[in-house]
Amino acid sequence: MFKYFEPNKIFSVTSKAPKYVLLLFIIVLSIGLAEALIFSPEDYKQSHSVRIMYVHVPAAWISLGTFSSITFLSIVGYIFKIRNFFLISKSLAPSGLVFNIVALVTGSIWGKPTWGTWWAWDARITSMLILVLFYIMYLVSWRIYENKDKVFKISTVITILGIINVPIIKYSVDWWNTLHQPASINILSKSSIHVSMLVPLLIMTAAFALFSLLIFLMKYNTELIKIKNKGLDRL
Amino acid sequence: MINEIFLMNGYGLYVWSAFAFTLLSFVSLYLITRIQYVKEKNKFISKFGNLNSERAASAKSQSINREILSNISSI
Repeated sequence: MFKYFEPNKIFSVTSKAPKYVLLLFIIVLSIGLAEALIFSPEDYKQSHSVRIMYVHVPAAWISLGTFSSITFLSIVGYIFKIRNFFLISKSLAPSGLVFNIVALVTGSIWGKPTWGTWWAWDARITSMLILVLFYIMYLVSWRIYENKDKVFKISTVITILGIINVPIIKYSVDWWNTLHQPASINILSKSSIHVSMLVPLLIMTAAFALFSLLIFLMKYNTELIKIKNKGLDRL
Repeated sequence: MINEIFLMNGYGLYVWSAFAFTLLSFVSLYLITRIQYVKEKNKFISKFGNLNSERAASAKSQSINREILSNISSI
């Protein structure tokens, strides 16, 4: 099964896919922005400030999903010695970091009109800030270590330590008294968000996921070309 | 209508700045990634151009190298 993850098989797809993903992203984002900024209703309590949710929530979801994927790929890659999984993980990390920062900054902007403060050291916000630090440590580990085996080991350890923080982020609003509201969307039980707000939220999430895919494809292609450049040096 | 979209009952500054920051982050990340990609690809093309015919044939025998050379104009 792992032969399908060989770089030459993946590259034949990833080298052609970005232009189509970019086009699809622009279309979905345009629909999402129109829904989020114009057509969706204002909230009865938060008024128009609720619209920040349409960038804040998808960014937070994707940053958490990306870190979980990086951890899974790093652990499987380390156990089964699949170097390409590390390359995929490394290519996922930059967009994950940017989404994490977007979630923090837009959350801070949303906090001012809602809570009356830009920042609070509450459990959800602090644990999201810790996730940013893990993303940075992960990316820095690839920059400072030349030895591949060492960087595979250290980056995997960083992701294992970082993944402990992911359930803390998810359940922080239930475990502690926080300024941050509890989850409005539940997969297993009934969601408290109205469908008129859920639809734009899902469209924006799809747009953000497409952007993440676009950056991943471009980054993965860059990494493969870097490897090929080193190969040409050895010829 | 236009006033409502821009001012949003006094929340316009917060809403628009959150969306502007997000889109600015996207554009920056896209441009940085694209610049890195183009830089590596140009390096590959110049290195490939400097190979003699025997080495170029050997490099071209690898499918990824062929793909890189055939996708010079794409993203």
